[in-house]
Amino acid sequence: MSDVSKTIRARPISPHVQVWRWHLTAITSIMHRITGVALYVGTLILAGWTIALAFGPESYAAYMGLLGSPLGKLVLFGLSLAVFFHLAKGVQHLIWDTGLALKVPTANAGAVATVAFALVATVVVWIIAAMTGAL
Amino acid sequence: MTDFRTPRSRAQGLGAAGHGVGHWISERVSSVALIPLVLWGVFAILRLARSDYEMAVAWLASPVNAVLLALLTVVSFMHMHSGMRVVVEDYIHRRITKAGLLLLNLFVCALFGALALFSILKVALSGGAY
Repeated sequence: MSDVSKTIRARPISPHVQVWRWHLTAITSIMHRITGVALYVGTLILAGWTIALAFGPESYAAYMGLLGSPLGKLVLFGLSLAVFFHLAKGVQHLIWDTGLALKVPTANAGAVATVAFALVATVVVWIIAAMTGAL
Repeated sequence: MTDFRTPRSRAQGLGAAGHGVGHWISERVSSVALIPLVLWGVFAILRLARSDYEMAVAWLASPVNAVLLALLTVVSFMHMHSGMRVVVEDYIHRRITKAGLLLLNLFVCALFGALALFSILKVALSGGAY
């Protein structure tokens, strides 16, 4: 056997993610995953509400006190932002799955719409919460 | 283009890997189901945020609320499981760590999904008696 065949040559690899300029589509794509992981924790917190309710009035009051505390409200605010973002970006992904709206300008517009929807829907929900005395 | 796949392979529709299509489709189905369910969930939370214990129990005693909350819970936990599974498979490459995290993901989703679902049914069916 020749020496050449024994030499392990470095295989060509694709450029690392760091070499690319950040685009809105790339940012919203990774944010979709990050908000998904955040909602994993958020759903566990909200599932805890049903469990607390089933354990009776004391545990329900304690859990509501936790959710209604300043830290609880901050977490719920973050969750509302995450859920609306993940929802909008998810809809864009479902549209992409059909093979539509994949051209760069359309994809960029979809990313802008995703961010806009997340911000507006979150603000609207918290205004409604404040107006109905839910805060 | 020449198609090298056999008629049987095409009919099974499982692709080159032999599996994965079911996972992909179940992610999409749960996504579509969650669009209306989550919007209803936000609306429900706005109502429940100012509820005391009796009001929350009365709310959950309604068949519509109980069923929608049960569906939201089950579909959410299924969606969470498939989403977190992809995240683990993408970033964790050490076999033992990956297997452990995939099991943990399944067990967390199954345990808390079941606890939440049972709690919903218990309150809805018993009217909060404990």
